[in-house]
Amino acid sequence: MTVVLDPTAELRPEKRERVVRPESLNGLTVGLLDISKPRGDIFLDRVQEKLTGFGAEVKRYKKPTFTKPAPVDLRHEIAVSCDAVIEALAD
Amino acid sequence: MASPQSAPLPDGLVAVVHKDCPTCVLVAPVLAAMAERVGITVVTQDDPDFPDFPQAAPWVVHDEDLAMSWHNRIETVPTLLRVDNGTETDRIVGWSRRQWEEFSGLDDLGGGLPDFRPGCGSLSVDPNLSDELAVRFSGSILKSRRIELASLEDDIEAMFDRGFTDGMPVVPPTEARVLRMLEGTSRAPDEIVAVVPPDLVECSVEKVAVNAVMAGCRPEYLPVVLTAVAAACTDEFNMHGLLATTMPVGPILIVNGPIRAELAMNSGANLLGQGNRANSTIGRALQLVVRNVGGGRPGGVDRATQGSPSKIGLCFAEDEEGSAFDTYAESRGFDRSASTVTLFPGEGPRLMFDQKSRSAESLTKHFAEMLRVNVSPRMVMQMETVIVMSPEHMARYRDAGWDRARFLAELEAQLMVAGDDIVAGADGIEEGMPTLVAGRQLPKFPPGGIHVVHGGSRAGLFSTTIAGWVTGATGSVTVTKEITR
Repeated sequence: MTVVLDPTAELRPEKRERVVRPESLNGLTVGLLDISKPRGDIFLDRVQEKLTGFGAEVKRYKKPTFTKPAPVDLRHEIAVSCDAVIEALAD
Repeated sequence: MASPQSAPLPDGLVAVVHKDCPTCVLVAPVLAAMAERVGITVVTQDDPDFPDFPQAAPWVVHDEDLAMSWHNRIETVPTLLRVDNGTETDRIVGWSRRQWEEFSGLDDLGGGLPDFRPGCGSLSVDPNLSDELAVRFSGSILKSRRIELASLEDDIEAMFDRGFTDGMPVVPPTEARVLRMLEGTSRAPDEIVAVVPPDLVECSVEKVAVNAVMAGCRPEYLPVVLTAVAAACTDEFNMHGLLATTMPVGPILIVNGPIRAELAMNSGANLLGQGNRANSTIGRALQLVVRNVGGGRPGGVDRATQGSPSKIGLCFAEDEEGSAFDTYAESRGFDRSASTVTLFPGEGPRLMFDQKSRSAESLTKHFAEMLRVNVSPRMVMQMETVIVMSPEHMARYRDAGWDRARFLAELEAQLMVAGDDIVAGADGIEEGMPTLVAGRQLPKFPPGGIHVVHGGSRAGLFSTTIAGWVTGATGSVTVTKEITR
C-alpha cells in the first residue's frame, strides 16, 4: 500500500454535505455580485427584477475590478447578510 | 530532522560499529582493550553479540532501530566519539592507530594491526534503508494529510482519479520523496511561502515540496519553485487574474544567475521546448501549486477560452555568457552574481523569422514589424512582450556595438503606431481603439514593456516573441525575485 501526501490545501473534507435547497426564494435575501465587467449591471438588473418577482430581497454588490479577487471585507459582508449569492463570471 | 537529543549517546568514549564491516572486526580487540583500560560504550548496529568478548558485554548497546546512529548522523563505522553530559565533543572515523591513541590518550593500541584502514558505510546511511529511516525518524515533521492508496490501485492512476494532475502523469508524493525534496532548502517545512489564489490559502514550504515532487523536480530545484510561488502570489503579479482571464496566458519563468548551471538548465538549443528536466518541471511545479493548493483549475476559476501550452509550465534560462547585452536580470536591477527568477504573464511563444538582415538597423525594423501584430495589430500600450533573441540575431547587435539601451531605443522608435490605422472601424474592421487615438502616434508597448532575453542554439536566424497579458494595476506586472536557498 502506498501512502502519499495530500497536495491540496485540505480545505475540503473527504465528503461534504450540500446545503439543503430552499423550497422557495420567498423572503430570502439574495446577493448579486457584479464583477465589474462592462454591461454586467444591465444583466444583473434583469436578474434582480426576476428575483424580486419571486419574493426575494435583493442586495447588490460590486468588485472594484474583475481581474482581482473580491476584497475580504466585501466577501464577509455578503456572507453575513445573504442567504444565497449569484455571481456571474463570463464575458 | 536528525537531532542527537532524540536518541542521546552515553557519556564517555563511544564507538559505533557493525559486524558486517571488516574494519570493525579488525578493531574489535582494540575496543576490548579500551573497555578494560578506560571504559568505552560500543554501539553495535547489526549483531548484538558483536564485539564478542566477555568483559565488554556490559558495554555493548544494540542500536537495533538505528535511531542512535541516525539522529547522531553516523555516516561511517567505526566512528569513535567523545560525549560529555550528553553532548558530542569530538569524533574520528575509520581506523588510524595514531588518531585512536591521541583520541583515547592510550599507548600501544592495536599491536599487530595495520596503521590505517578506512571505515565502511554506516547502516543508517545505507541506500536501501535511508528512505525508510528518514520517514521513521523525521516523517512527523510532515503535516500534510496522508492519503492511503488502496493496494489494488495503480499509484499513477490514483493520482489522476483524485484530480491532482494537470493531465500528465505525476510522481506520487510519498513521505520519503517529500523528505528528500525538502533537503533542497534550508527553510522549515511549515514556513508559509505565499497565500495562493484563487482560494487564497496559506501555502507552506511542505506543500510546495509535495507538488514539486509530483511535477518531477529534483530537490535542488526547490528553491526556484519556492521563489516562483512567492512571486506568482504577489499582488503585482496577480496570479488570480492571470488564471481567471479568458486569454491564453500563464506565468512564464525566466531564470538568471549561477543557479542555471547548478541545475543544468537549458539556455541553448530548444530552450523553450522539451528535453531538459529543470526547464520542464520547475514551471510545471508552480502550476501544480496553483491547481492543487490554490484550487485554480480549468473550467473552475481558470476560464481560458482556448488556453495555451504556456499554461502547462514554461520555464527557461538565459544564455548570459553568449550575450552582447547585459543580462536580463541586470536590466531588472539585480547583480550578475545573484540567481533570480522572473515571472512574465505571457502566452505561447511565436517565431520571429529573419534570415537576410545583415545590419542591426534592418533586423530591428523587421522585429518591429513582427512585434506590431502581437495579440492584435490594433492593440497598443496594454501588453508587454518578451523577446528571446537567438545568438545569430544577437550577433548583428554585437557587430554594430549596440547595447540593450540602444537596441530598445531603436526598436521603440520603430514601434510607433498611427492611431488612424488602429481605431475601431478603420479599414472596415470593427475591432480597434477608441476614437480618441485618431490622429495620434502611439507606442505598441508601454514604457519598459520589452523584455529581451538571450538564448537558443548557435545556428538559426530565428528569435521568439512571447506576447503578454494586460499589464499595470488591473492586470499583471512582471516580477523578478532573488532565489534564496
